[in-house]
Formats: sequence, structure tokens, C-alpha cells
Amino acid sequence: MSITLNEFLFVSGLLFTIGFLGVLLRRNTLIIYMGLELMLNAVNLALVGFSRFNQTMDGNIFVFFIITVAAAEVAVGLAIIVALYRKRQTVMVDELNALSH
Amino acid sequence: MLDFLFYLFSALTLLSALLVVVNRNAVNAAMFMIITFVGMAGLFLLLNAYFLAVLQVLVYAGAVMVLFLFIIMLLDVEHASKVRPDTLTVVASGIGFLLLASGVCTLFLYGGVEPSYFPESVPELPLTAHSNANPLEYTTAARSFGYGLFTKYMLPFQMTGFLLLIAMIGVIVLSKQYTQPNIAGSKDATIKR
Repeated sequence: MSITLNEFLFVSGLLFTIGFLGVLLRRNTLIIYMGLELMLNAVNLALVGFSRFNQTMDGNIFVFFIITVAAAEVAVGLAIIVALYRKRQTVMVDELNALSH
Repeated sequence: MLDFLFYLFSALTLLSALLVVVNRNAVNAAMFMIITFVGMAGLFLLLNAYFLAVLQVLVYAGAVMVLFLFIIMLLDVEHASKVRPDTLTVVASGIGFLLLASGVCTLFLYGGVEPSYFPESVPELPLTAHSNANPLEYTTAARSFGYGLFTKYMLPFQMTGFLLLIAMIGVIVLSKQYTQPNIAGSKDATIKR
């Protein structure tokens, strides 16, 4: 296959950028969370690409840990969002401004 | 053929990631997120990381997105998301986008990593050939994962188990409705958390 490491890094960078824009521009906390997941996945792709390129297993095992930690993080974060919704009846970040003034 | 698959999967991933970000409806966004994860699993397959591709579909597209969809349906926030982001946010994210995009473009303008061809991947090492090599050898077999996890990465593996336990306890504590037992007759008073 004539696809090299650079193409994978390009896709990974684009995916990270899309997730970044999602985190910054969207107002819904759930969509912001999905943007965070996209960024994590972009990093995973770059790690697997480098791991394959360098012929080492360590990057792959690191991705394994990242997937585990991301699953735990999603569970805790969604529980926080549900607790917040019970208290404030909203998930939009610009209505959650109790700390800003 | 593999080139075509690479372009197919990366287009699938990037397009559906874009649709996740621009979608008004949170349920549709979650559905496109699943497509993104399946595309990522395809890219992992092209990198000969078969175990990670399976894990990606199982954990992300299976568990995490089901959790997301469940919470979206539970909260029922369809009415929202008509608010435009304010100007300062748009300017700041535009600057951030330009920085990231210039970083990505520099990769191609300066040729990136050279030589960047992937070496031939080893299907599987014989059982006795695993050594205490540092770094571990890359193979496509899932056995390499087990070997790495139970020798070199034993301590992080155990700590991940504790992390999952702590996350589980944290979720239970966060989502429990606490009741105060004996405060002067108000027996059923619930503290909303």
C-alpha cells in the first residue's frame, strides 16, 4: 500500500481540529463531550500510526489504556451532566454561568 | 485496493466527524459519532492493529455511544441549541483553528516524516521468542497485547482496574438521591444533587 505515515497523521490532525472546533463553538454540553471524544480518537490514530511505523508495541498498549480511561471518563462526566440537569434543568453552557458573576 | 480503503475510511471518519460538530440534533450527532468510530476502526485495521479495531467498535461504538444516547434521551434537550456563539468565542476558535491547520499543512509542505513508508508487519512471534525486549516488538497478534500488559505494563494495568472501580463508585455517588433520615419530622426530604 502506498499510504504512508504522513497521510495518517494528516487525517489525525484534521480529526483533532474538527473536535477542537466542536468543543469551542458548540453550546450543548453533550456535544462538547463528543468533541472531546473526537480529539481523544485523533490522538489514538496518531499513536497507532507511530507505533506501526516504529515497529513497537508500546504505542498500541498506550492506546488500550487511553480507551479504558476514556470510557471511565465518559461515565463520570455523564453522571455529572445528569446531576447538573437535575439541579439547573439545562445542559447549555451559557446558562450555567453561576460562577462567572 | 488498500489505498482506496484508506481514502474511503478517512472520508467516512472526517465527514461524519464534521456532521457531529455541526448537527443541531444531539441524537443525530451521536449517530454520526458511531459512524466516525467505525471509520476509525477501519483505519486501525489498515494499520494492522486488529485488536484495537475490535476494541474500538466494542468500547466506543458499543458502550460509550450507548451511554451517550441513553443520557440524551433521558435529558430530552431537543428544544435548545438555537443560541449563536458570541463573537469573542468565534474569533478565539478561528485563531485556534488557523494554528492547528497551519500545523497540519506544514506536515505536507515540508514533506513530513522521511522515509515514511510502513515496514512489513510481523504476524506473530513464536511463543518462546518473546523476550524482555525494550521496546516490545510490534506484531499483529492479540497475544502481544497480553504479553505487554502482564509483563512490562503490569502496574498501569492494575491501576486501570482501580480507576474503573473508582469511576463506578463515583458515578453511583453522583447520581444517588440522598435522603436525610431524622430531621424533625421531615422524613422524606430529599436533597437534590
